[in-house]
Amino acid sequence: MSARIDQTATGFDFGLAKRNASLEASGVKAPNATKTGTTIVGLIFKDGLVLGADTRATAGSIVADKNCEKIHYIAPNMYCCGAGTAADTEYTTNMISSQMALHNMSTGRESRVVTAMTLLKQYLFRYQGHISAALVLGGYDVTGPHLYTIYPHGSTDKLPYVTMGSGSLAAMSVFESRWRPDMERQEAIDMVKDAIEAGIFNDLGSGSNVDVCVIEKGKVDYLRNYAKPNERVQKEQSYKFARGTTAVIKTSIRDLVTVTEDTAMDITA
Amino acid sequence: MDMLATNPAVHPTSTAKQAAFSPYADHGGTNLAIAGADYCILASDTRQSSGYNINTRFAPKTFKLSDKSVLATAGCQPDCNMVVTRVKHSMKGYKYTHNKEMSTPAIAQMLSIMLYQKRFFPYYDFNILGGLDEEGKGCVFCYDAVGSYERVPCNAYGSASALIQPFLDNQVRNKNQQGKEKVTEFDPVARLSIDEAMRIVKDAFTSATERDIYTGDFLQIFIVTSAGVEEQLHPLKRD
Repeated sequence: MSARIDQTATGFDFGLAKRNASLEASGVKAPNATKTGTTIVGLIFKDGLVLGADTRATAGSIVADKNCEKIHYIAPNMYCCGAGTAADTEYTTNMISSQMALHNMSTGRESRVVTAMTLLKQYLFRYQGHISAALVLGGYDVTGPHLYTIYPHGSTDKLPYVTMGSGSLAAMSVFESRWRPDMERQEAIDMVKDAIEAGIFNDLGSGSNVDVCVIEKGKVDYLRNYAKPNERVQKEQSYKFARGTTAVIKTSIRDLVTVTEDTAMDITA
Repeated sequence: MDMLATNPAVHPTSTAKQAAFSPYADHGGTNLAIAGADYCILASDTRQSSGYNINTRFAPKTFKLSDKSVLATAGCQPDCNMVVTRVKHSMKGYKYTHNKEMSTPAIAQMLSIMLYQKRFFPYYDFNILGGLDEEGKGCVFCYDAVGSYERVPCNAYGSASALIQPFLDNQVRNKNQQGKEKVTEFDPVARLSIDEAMRIVKDAFTSATERDIYTGDFLQIFIVTSAGVEEQLHPLKRD
């Protein structure tokens, strides 16, 4: 009985996990990935929903990208904000986007948000949280506007206003104090901007600019860099180096042709 | 049953451990100092943070000790605070005993001893002491946590030190610049006017704020000259 139920017969191969654990024990450091220690939000208003994100990507305490895009395309009527490991959010949303496109072509119907949500949660659950993607999925389909959060382990919530990422508490404080049902479009955009800015200014993992995406029936407005509250001040001086600043350590010129001295050609008429 | 312990498929999480005694915390922030021929500039940001949180946007960590000396501290805030308190206390004792203010190099030596006294339970504190020496020349002394120190023309410590120090080496000490006079440890004084040094200080901090998440909010600058210590405050980005 025991010999036949082999651990490798589960369909999973944890050989690399074992190898990595032994490498780590012997002092090898794993490479660290770019994280989007992020603020991402979404809220539903009268005619649709608004998604929002900051634009800072970090690698430890260093800002890796000051203006990255965290609102990813899923389908013409659907977008998804991503927090966590940048590569995971990028590849996960990309892959689901492809599946949604194929599904759309085979059914000939407009994509539904619940379909993308199910694909995402099943994919993330399969990887038991090792794919670090925390997502806010929003879209408008035949059944109306929908807004979901999807956690890295595969759990989901369906709520009228949501936040995710390291700045989620700062952003949620804005929503909890001001959100109400059936808001106007501009009011919703302003609130999303304020929620993201709360994250930008109060969470060190978030920063730079505000991206907004408004999704309504048959209409999407992707407002890249909707607000730029952190423009850099002008530098005090130029740091252009004078010509010759770089030391020449050695010069070596190789002859590619052999020049031979010879009697000049007679060019007299 | 050792498979449970070694096979991640069966047991993905590590076993529980007793929490370690961890008396240190890192509160981020950056300091910088430049010594000139007859001046010294010390600058710090004022953000104090823990992890991804900002504790406060204005927590000064650079302090005037006398008309000729300023001490910049970075690391664990309570440790920094304790060091500053103890240095000030000893300077007072020195003044009452000798009826004169301690010179900057004398403070430098004393601080080294103070740090080494806690060799096996160190203060988590990286100090830069700056000011004017007995000849009126600008001086900067930088320390490790256990009291090793040296006199340098310029220095950066704290969370953005790895970003700022190479910039200072190039712009203040003229390193890697052919045809420019090098500033060495034999005469550790920058060949810059106060205005030139101030521009470098401001650009160092606005640039560090762009890329280091622990640096920002305000820039506090102390300018030490024979006229005394001038203090300035400038805004930095708050994200």
